[in-house]
Amino acid sequence: MIYDIRMSITLNYQYSAGNSRHLLRVQPRAIAGRQRVIAQMTEIAPPPDSRQDQVDFFGNATQAISHRDPHDAMTIRLASRVELLAPAPMLDISPDLPRLRQQWAGLTDLGPDSPLHFLGPSPRLRPNPEIAAFALGAVRPGSTALAHVIALGEALAHGMTFDPTATTVDTDPAEAFALRRGICQDFTHIMILGLRSLGIPAGYASGYLRTLPEGQDRLEGADAMHAWVRAWCGTAQGWVEYDPTNATLVATDHILVGHGRDYADVSPLVGHLRLSGEQTSTQAVDVTLAGP
Amino acid sequence: MTQPRPHPDGTMDLLSSYVPQRGCRDEMLAPDGRVTAVWQDFIDHLARLTPDQLTRRFARGDQYLRDAGVLYRQYDDTLSTEREWPLSHVPVIIAQAEWDRIAAGLVERAELLEYVVRDFYGANHLVASGQLPATLLAQNPAWLRPMIGAQPASAGGPDYLTLLSFEIGRGPNGQWWVISDLVEAPSTMGFALENRMAMSRTFPNFFAGSNILRLAGFFQGLQHSLFHLRGRAGGEIALLTPGPMNQSYAEHAYIARYLGLLLVEGEDLVVQNGQAMVRTVAGPKPVSLLWNRLPGAMTDPLELDPDSMLGTPGLLDALRAHHLKTLNAVGAGVLETRALMAFLPQIARQRLGRDLALPNIATWWCGDPDAAAHVSAHADRMMVGSAFSTVPLMADPATQLLEDQVRSSGRQAMQDMLARSGRDLVGQEAVTLSTTPIWQDGGLVARPMSIRVFLARTPRGWTVMPGGYARVSAGQDAKALAMQRGGKVADVWVVSPDPVDRPSLLGEDAAQSRQPALQVALPSRAADNLFWLGRYVERSELNMRIFRAYYARLGDGATHETPLLVWLRERLMQGVAPEAGAMTLLFDAPLSLGLQSARRISDRFSPDGMMALRGLVDNLQALKDRPVPPEDIPREISALLRQITGFSGLVHENMYRSDGWRFLSLGLSIERAANMCDVLAQLTDASAPEGALDLAIEIGDSVVTHRARFSIQARRQSVLDLLGADDQNPRSVRYHVARARRHVDELPAQDRGHVLTGAASRALMLETRLATTALDGLTPEVLGRIRLDLWDLSDSLSASHLV
Repeated sequence: MIYDIRMSITLNYQYSAGNSRHLLRVQPRAIAGRQRVIAQMTEIAPPPDSRQDQVDFFGNATQAISHRDPHDAMTIRLASRVELLAPAPMLDISPDLPRLRQQWAGLTDLGPDSPLHFLGPSPRLRPNPEIAAFALGAVRPGSTALAHVIALGEALAHGMTFDPTATTVDTDPAEAFALRRGICQDFTHIMILGLRSLGIPAGYASGYLRTLPEGQDRLEGADAMHAWVRAWCGTAQGWVEYDPTNATLVATDHILVGHGRDYADVSPLVGHLRLSGEQTSTQAVDVTLAGP
Repeated sequence: MTQPRPHPDGTMDLLSSYVPQRGCRDEMLAPDGRVTAVWQDFIDHLARLTPDQLTRRFARGDQYLRDAGVLYRQYDDTLSTEREWPLSHVPVIIAQAEWDRIAAGLVERAELLEYVVRDFYGANHLVASGQLPATLLAQNPAWLRPMIGAQPASAGGPDYLTLLSFEIGRGPNGQWWVISDLVEAPSTMGFALENRMAMSRTFPNFFAGSNILRLAGFFQGLQHSLFHLRGRAGGEIALLTPGPMNQSYAEHAYIARYLGLLLVEGEDLVVQNGQAMVRTVAGPKPVSLLWNRLPGAMTDPLELDPDSMLGTPGLLDALRAHHLKTLNAVGAGVLETRALMAFLPQIARQRLGRDLALPNIATWWCGDPDAAAHVSAHADRMMVGSAFSTVPLMADPATQLLEDQVRSSGRQAMQDMLARSGRDLVGQEAVTLSTTPIWQDGGLVARPMSIRVFLARTPRGWTVMPGGYARVSAGQDAKALAMQRGGKVADVWVVSPDPVDRPSLLGEDAAQSRQPALQVALPSRAADNLFWLGRYVERSELNMRIFRAYYARLGDGATHETPLLVWLRERLMQGVAPEAGAMTLLFDAPLSLGLQSARRISDRFSPDGMMALRGLVDNLQALKDRPVPPEDIPREISALLRQITGFSGLVHENMYRSDGWRFLSLGLSIERAANMCDVLAQLTDASAPEGALDLAIEIGDSVVTHRARFSIQARRQSVLDLLGADDQNPRSVRYHVARARRHVDELPAQDRGHVLTGAASRALMLETRLATTALDGLTPEVLGRIRLDLWDLSDSLSASHLV
């Protein structure tokens, strides 16, 4: 599958501001055997005074940009062509939870993909007893780790309503869970907390979603950057990605930009500028199929 | 307890009532109850003083601290208060031989910590080899992932650690223990120096004849290290502080001034193309070395804590580009993780082949079932707390003695907790601290204490400050430390058996020797605060004068409804209600804002000026707190005005003619000229009530001059002449416009070639307009325009120099 991705973010400042600096994570990353970046370009207006491409701890591509002179709006435009390679059919070769726990407890690897980073509290996520209780009620005891992931994901997808008006980017997952409403970020955060409470290492993936899959309804969350869950299902199975907003295992509809412990590790745009007024932002995403 | 009885000669028997606690080691008394040799001289000296003499001496030390502005800040939920610095006038005295052992142990520990932190951000051998559980890094918020693999910029070796302090205490068997490793912001070094200054004023004669090791050499070495670390890059060396809301801000300001470093806050810095720059009134200047006093995670809101308002976006970029070095390396704070203390002893044995000379207090990480079982079995002498906290367990208000927990929720609940969340918990032995004498109620009493010791890495290796910062508990509980709850602090004297070098007395020579070394640029934020300090103080003064004139007229029989007073309220007092409280706010509010500005720049503002300002605010507060009959108001305000004039006098007579002074003076001149325009516009208005011209002269503080120069009743012309056009009257518009113009000319150039900057051309045009306008031309409309032009001048100064 070859996709064309167009994304734009516009920031408007009430008063113009200089000496600004932003960190972007919007470009799809190349992943051997899964995702191939054919071409891409990020355009920033006004043009930044400095721009640096880096790779963060989790392997995500970041761009640091800075503007010296005062400006009252900034636009970031991404154009990207990406090929997704069809994954092999998924077989459940994951262990049950006690064995899973034994597997990660014995690890001493601290590399970016190590499940050890994805067990505990993370910048945005503190353990929550209600979510933990929900997770426990959603799974079948004794089943495999992967079965746990799917069961919890489906329970959340059925138990929660997708509602872009209920929450904001800063809403605490506990609050969204209490409302049983939210957007992909909330679904993802809640599922991560649930999996971690079960002892399954889990993290946050962000990226783009195919807008109109063939012969299906429009997927939720396609008009902005999307989020889903990565869960570690044991040494043999490795990392599995699941989209709780759409109750599906991730295959060839999801284009990965980055992953981390939670939203804080992958937020598409972190900015810092001395502002005396308010700031508004708009985001638009379009993902179209460019070829098989 | 009994009071010490004076001897017949008036001196005191200090020891008969001094009773150390059972089961504790005492610093002054040997286990056999006799005074140890190092304490003997001091105790003899103390005993020779009469209670009166002693009181006077203690007061002298306290006076020094007050004058130096050393205050102790306390934080409640919402507000912070300042109280007198809680100096214990009795030092902690330690023999040099013993100190040398402590110092050697701490240097060994410092080297071990360097090895450990290098591994944490490098090869991760300690985790891979099983010497440290992986989770203690993977789940540790202090392990900063963006710094992994980023070696510190090298300058004499890529070191993570350059400044360290350790909190140490002595157990009942005489053995010293490390209570905590302080890596992130090894603070209080400056306070240790202030304590020493105060003690040397309390006991000057004793100091002169004693063998107490001096502190100056340590600071000289530190200063030398800073220059060495900066290397040939030559950029500024700055101390990065969280700012005046931090409880250690006074210390940051002090140590920056003492060592000749630039004191900056995060917003003073910008990063451009991997280079950190400080924004100064002369444009951005590169910074090469940053003594960081922010928690590591706060240093860069882009890559670390996004909520940090204290850091500088892009700082990590500058570090990774090796254009900037910080002390200590950002991320080194991970060494403060409590649970690490459970593993350091084993790591040391593995690396050194023996135990550390100075062990830390025994610690168990409850994620290990055996350790958890040990903690549970010895609950009667265990403290428990979070494994990942960086606050020393015995100083953490959240710490619980495990025994109390068992008592309140039962043994089973405790064991469940250890089994369920052991990975997040540590147990630590509740050690008993030694006691040291403090002076209380006219005699010596024994109180538990710990000492903070400071280490600096120099090109020749680690050096240890021969002295320290002792904290003494308020209560007798030898198991807890928390100065926030009313303890005292004490100087630590290390006494040599041999005479010590005299010339380095108190480090004053160190302060002098560094003066020419640094050409420090004025950060824009500091200039901005000085500018606003000038403006606020001036605004407050003018409003005091108006208020005084208002009440003087009430006292002369006018009423609130007299046309002149109604006019005054409407035109010059923002339409305020006719009552004293509301009017007071007109000068009270700007004065508080002025004090706030002054606090933010206390490193560049003289302690005298600060004291004058604080005194003014205190007196104003006192005035508000007691009922004042209206007829007394003018007299009371006159007293405040004398104080505020004293402040302005200090500014003009005592401040070095630096850019900082220039901005302060500029703020004052622009504010005064603009306000005087307003006073003149309103009070020379053709429709102003009778008496308005006299009022203008009075508010302009020019009654005597007017009488001398015009010897006639006030006329519109004479008032405009004296307060508008006169270039010799320091109350006139023109005088201050001219002064502002001269200041602007002297400011660091903003590099616009031959064309004047916006501010300079505005100032020149204003001055010319005033000089060429006839008195008749100074109509209220023209005055109003001049006033707006002055605000424009203020804005363009902000844009060119202050933003």
